Amino acid sequence: MKNALGIEIPEYIEGMGALEPYKGAWEKLQKGWMDETTVPPPNKAKMPHASKMCETLKDAILKADPHDGMTVSFHHHLRSGDGILVEAIKILAELGIKDITLASSSLTSAHDPILPYLKDGTITGIWSSGIRGELGKAIAEGVLPKPVVIHSHGGRVRDVHTGRIRIDLAILAASAADCEGNATGSHGPSAFGSMGYAAIDSWYAKQVVVVTDNLVDYPCVPPSIRQNYVDYVVKVDSIGDPTKIASGTTRITKSPMDLQIARLAAKAIIASDSFKQGFSFQVGAGGASLAVAKFIREAMKEKEVKGSFLLGGVTSYCVDMLNEGLFNSIFDVQSFDAAVSSSLLNNAYHIEIPAGLYANPFNCGCMTNKLDIVVLGALEVDTDFNVNVITGSEGAVRGASGGHSDTASGANLTVVVCPSFRGRIPIVKKQVHTVVTPGETIDVVVTERGICVNPRRPELRKSLEEAGLPVKDIEVLAEEVEKITGKSKDIECEDRIVGLVEYRDGTIIDVIRQVKQL
Amino acid sequence: MILKEKAQAGTFESSDILIMVEPLEAGAGRKIELKSIVMQQYGDDILQQLHRELDALGVQDVRIIANDKGALALTISARLETAIKRSAGIKAS
Repeated sequence: MKNALGIEIPEYIEGMGALEPYKGAWEKLQKGWMDETTVPPPNKAKMPHASKMCETLKDAILKADPHDGMTVSFHHHLRSGDGILVEAIKILAELGIKDITLASSSLTSAHDPILPYLKDGTITGIWSSGIRGELGKAIAEGVLPKPVVIHSHGGRVRDVHTGRIRIDLAILAASAADCEGNATGSHGPSAFGSMGYAAIDSWYAKQVVVVTDNLVDYPCVPPSIRQNYVDYVVKVDSIGDPTKIASGTTRITKSPMDLQIARLAAKAIIASDSFKQGFSFQVGAGGASLAVAKFIREAMKEKEVKGSFLLGGVTSYCVDMLNEGLFNSIFDVQSFDAAVSSSLLNNAYHIEIPAGLYANPFNCGCMTNKLDIVVLGALEVDTDFNVNVITGSEGAVRGASGGHSDTASGANLTVVVCPSFRGRIPIVKKQVHTVVTPGETIDVVVTERGICVNPRRPELRKSLEEAGLPVKDIEVLAEEVEKITGKSKDIECEDRIVGLVEYRDGTIIDVIRQVKQL
Repeated sequence: MILKEKAQAGTFESSDILIMVEPLEAGAGRKIELKSIVMQQYGDDILQQLHRELDALGVQDVRIIANDKGALALTISARLETAIKRSAGIKAS
């Protein structure tokens, strides 16, 4: 069957059941309810004064009913410094557990060492927002028997609520925790900030293990994870490499190309009607997209515009804007650098939020719905404004869906910033390899060669043209790029599907096919 | 064009290509070793381009070692021409 983008989607996947094709960005939301029911979270019990403390991570896993076919979940707040996921999978493999579904909120290059366990049948399925490095390459080459499922941050919460992901064991790293399992990422030697993605795991997993390298006196404050959801607590020597978990402050890019794109994007935002008193704002941490914040910050001061809230993945740059009074508050689902953790801990208006409040489409209003402006990156953009943030130019999985489609769907003004080509590889082109975010949710694409406005927003195009900005049709830009780079040969794929890209509402927006081995 | 010595042009920088040229004896033909980070997308194009431009430069017997970091066609053209002319001892005027 074909979905609303004309992409062929299988009706059924063995072991996963029936699939629903993508129908349009807001098609399922406008009903006001969802047909899928919510699965009940587990009922648990503990005897008074019983200890939750375990000697080692292995002891905790042994108590948590490890079994073949189980689903094990993690959060990715430790980013590329994570030392817990690989350790836990190793323990499960040593116990001889097979057929594990790995449901991490995302996967980074730190997780490359689990590749042997994909090959030997320990792990047979993956649900994640992102996959990179050796894992992404191996998955594109077909290492797993079941297709991986790529979900958005908001979509993952819905997947857990509806039971598409049924977590048997959640292993949640924290930079501080007490003996009952109250836990936080906001302080301690390995502080990483918000634990926004881990909240849903703690509420729904049959067994919840909190792992920390910093056991504090009861109670651990603030309790981002609360004790009534936690089965076991483990103190380990290290939860990972603090220098890779969070370091220093995020700097604005010095790349002239990124700065040029950011400058143009900021001008486009300022010329739109979304840049106004009380606007809310989200920017990514990537090169050009964070640099947009620099120019917006300057313009807010100059024009005396004061914003409402900053959302999302939070960098120290956002914290600076909060401290300068440019915004009232920050809602923080994920913190990107060390300076953010201390702000989260000390500033009452820097508020930690769970991923469901951040972006789950199926509740009474996630925060992405209240966004005025979001600035996002892209690996590829096509002439229908569809964006790929998951597969690279050779077909490997090497990115993350993250909050891309969630914020694009919610924001009044969704701006994608990207170079028109990278190296020799076209970025703006006729067709992207994989659609993650549908074009109907993208308003503007800003490149170093001009600004493309979605034809759905003629009034916006008019405003930008009146502001004297270099607006051009996206088809014209794509042709211009192809003239410079030459026509690139398409990625050769097999028929076999190795990945499903879930839109935030649970429908399937695209599939990832196995790349042909050359 | 008569090649006299080993020569090179370009760098290992991203979006550039490093081309090394070595004269071979008459009749040896062209031996082209191409490595590229965009081999899959542009490998055939780059090889064709190198042959086309060696034809134009009148170079038949040569070993070319090309290490491409995603250079555009016009960069490849400039680097090849420079490497060949350096090998032939032609100085910029």
